[in-house]
Amino acid sequence: MVVSLTVNGAEQALDLPPEMPLLWALRDALGLTGTKFGCGVAACGACTVLVDGQAVRACSLAIGDVWGPVTTIEGLGRPEALAPLQRAWIAHQVAQCGYCQPGQIMQAASLLAETPVPTDAEIDAAMAGNLCRCGTYGRIRAAIHTAAREMAGE
Amino acid sequence: MSRLGRMTRRAFLVTSAAVAGGVAFLVWKDGQPVPNPLRPGPGETALNPWLVIDGAGVTIVTPRAEMGQGTQTTLAALVAEELDLDWQDVRVMHGPASASYWNGPLLALGMPWKEYAASRWQQAAAGSTDVVARLLGLQVTGGSTAMVDGFEKMRRAGAAARIVLVQAAAARLGLAAERLRTEAGAVIAPDGTRLPYTDLAEAAAGIAPPEDPPLRPASDWKLLGRALPRTDMMAKVTGTATFGIDVRLPGMLFATVRMNPRLGGAMHGFDAGAARAMPGVVEVVNLGPGFAVVASNTWLAFQAADAVRADWGAAPYPTDSAAQTAAIAAAFEDRPKATLRDDGDMADATGDEISADYAVPYLAHACMEPMNATARLDGGRLDVWCGTQAPVLARDHCAAALGLKGADVAVHTTFLGGGFGRRAETDFAVIAAHVAAALPGRAVQVTWTREEDMRHDVYRPAALARMRGRVAGGRVTGLEARIAAPSITRQMMRRIAGFAPPGPDKTLLEGAYDQPYAIPNFRVAGHIADVAVPVGYWRSVGHSHNSFFLECFLDELADAAGRDPLDLRRDLTRPEHAPSAAVLDAVAEMSGWGTPLPGGRAQGVAFCHSFGTPVAEVVEVARTDAGIRIARVFVACDPGTALDPGILEAQMTSGALFGLSAAVMGEITFAGGIAEQGNFPDYDALRITGAPEVSVRILQSG
Repeated sequence: MVVSLTVNGAEQALDLPPEMPLLWALRDALGLTGTKFGCGVAACGACTVLVDGQAVRACSLAIGDVWGPVTTIEGLGRPEALAPLQRAWIAHQVAQCGYCQPGQIMQAASLLAETPVPTDAEIDAAMAGNLCRCGTYGRIRAAIHTAAREMAGE
Repeated sequence: MSRLGRMTRRAFLVTSAAVAGGVAFLVWKDGQPVPNPLRPGPGETALNPWLVIDGAGVTIVTPRAEMGQGTQTTLAALVAEELDLDWQDVRVMHGPASASYWNGPLLALGMPWKEYAASRWQQAAAGSTDVVARLLGLQVTGGSTAMVDGFEKMRRAGAAARIVLVQAAAARLGLAAERLRTEAGAVIAPDGTRLPYTDLAEAAAGIAPPEDPPLRPASDWKLLGRALPRTDMMAKVTGTATFGIDVRLPGMLFATVRMNPRLGGAMHGFDAGAARAMPGVVEVVNLGPGFAVVASNTWLAFQAADAVRADWGAAPYPTDSAAQTAAIAAAFEDRPKATLRDDGDMADATGDEISADYAVPYLAHACMEPMNATARLDGGRLDVWCGTQAPVLARDHCAAALGLKGADVAVHTTFLGGGFGRRAETDFAVIAAHVAAALPGRAVQVTWTREEDMRHDVYRPAALARMRGRVAGGRVTGLEARIAAPSITRQMMRRIAGFAPPGPDKTLLEGAYDQPYAIPNFRVAGHIADVAVPVGYWRSVGHSHNSFFLECFLDELADAAGRDPLDLRRDLTRPEHAPSAAVLDAVAEMSGWGTPLPGGRAQGVAFCHSFGTPVAEVVEVARTDAGIRIARVFVACDPGTALDPGILEAQMTSGALFGLSAAVMGEITFAGGIAEQGNFPDYDALRITGAPEVSVRILQSG
């Protein structure tokens, strides 16, 4: 059965079972490895992508249930055309091992789309599902504030 | 015999092999260049094992693996500092598996003396372990050794390369080398003519590099000592960084593994009929104590593995946590295997005695990137791609598994999505090699599920402590620490070398015996428990439990003595080690120690000297309706020289949160021989909501 998806603006026709999680379609079928496998049970946030602008755990969303265009970290910005969040992540030197960071950044993108100028408490509430074993939370919080200021045109 | 005498004799027994090797090979060390394992392609020049120059620029080859600690950035900065590279032009790559990338200070970690008080002959003996490490080809990332090992080595690589590049330019220009200078990746002539290194590399490769190039004094450093932008940051925020799990090769298949969850137990048989019937399943491979399923994608491999029925054998250890704890406690009945501090007997101490017992559980590493490796066997050559802290071991273990020579195996080190000691093991690489051998010519990526990762860890050992101490007149007059745990060193040596050496296991007692506390009648004894639950190196290793035992008990002693716990520590460290007292002073000032706190708030202090760095921390907790919240952490540390204060600050913060996660949430328990925790809902770590604000102050005593 063919499942049609829009990923980072491109139409994709995938000959895969509709119950296959979006994570594995992205990673193993489309070669978009920026989205990470961490737990498989929506408990760590490493696989966070946007569907129709909203953060979802790609490990627990079947491709047959995807309801809108998908944006992954590769679609948010590229090294030669960074998104404000990625610029802020670099300015604050957030990443250590870096494995959870694509998911953190996509979660933050969803937050800023809904709440352009979040408070610390709003950041914590939005980011609580994203685990980082290196403990980069302080710099994540600072980077989100910086990106929010940039996106607000300050 | 005096304590010094016993200590010396024991240290000598442990180091004698190293010393003997040193005599023979120091000449070799000083006189011979390190063999260059790099095989440059067309248009590339490898001036030494740490440097490749091609038309596009200079690439620094780092002998240690990047697992988040920032090692590639600072190792590259050491080279770039001497070579005069513009930081924005610096590129880095992981070196191949090669004995040329040996880690000298690693073996010195095993030496059973107090690091803060190492005498000159002990430092010399540690130097001779460098030679043994070289002989063994110990290319290992771990033990906080990369900067100690690389501080001179990497700067010399840069300095020597700079000298031959200048000489090549001098020959080309017909000028004396002394008249040339270097800047931003080029040699500059007095008239301003700029010869880029990229144009000089080939000629420079024909000039013998100096053996002992002069190094720049710290006062001239332009890169070192500054918080540099990390070399891996751009890739890690754009999803373009390649971790082991991200390797993609032409025609690659995807697999997963299921080994007996009763660790070390056999597999008596398995029924893979249902799995094989699933469309897209390519192969089910018998791995002895487990199996792998190979399929067209990872998710299908997971599904198919669930459909295999395996008949698992019994665990070779007590099957539940209570029985395991009893087995560890039974080790107290035996004579101690090591008494690494023996400054007298408690019986000679005066004052009131207090005692306390402590217990810590097994802990998982829980790297964010689950274990995985990719392998391809093609015509007798095996290629393995993985994030590894020990590429030479991975190469040799994979070769042995398939009956190949080490030279027929290439290990390609990727970024590590967390290491913490877990990726110093080679099991994930060996499993991938076995799976690849079942499908010659095909690349196969073997990804473990989170449950497989958590239930097949080499855990931080569970450990028990029995502490006794005495106080009189506001002073500690005696302290006896008895610690029982399974020995990581013995298990690790069995895994690496097939046998366990006798002798003391320093790892069992580090963080307890080697602390700079001037306590009379201070004795620390270790009891090794023979429990076969796999254990391994875990961030900070023995300090993770011993510092907890010792520091908790020191607070009890302070309380019994009517002393402020921070003041007591200052009094105990000052006569032993001034930098340790200084970090306690600093953390007191940072935290406002002793000044009244708002209601519902409290502070506690702890200190540890580990891997050459004294660290003092004050943790401030707040009582809330939801329970106790860790509000703030103040850290003062003194690494001697801070080569990159930004990365150091990140590491100190990271270490504090990793430790607090373990203290508050980490526990692996066993039932029926199987770890009960399999995924983050059962084994969580601090989230952004519970993470304290961390402030770090860096002292530099040189």
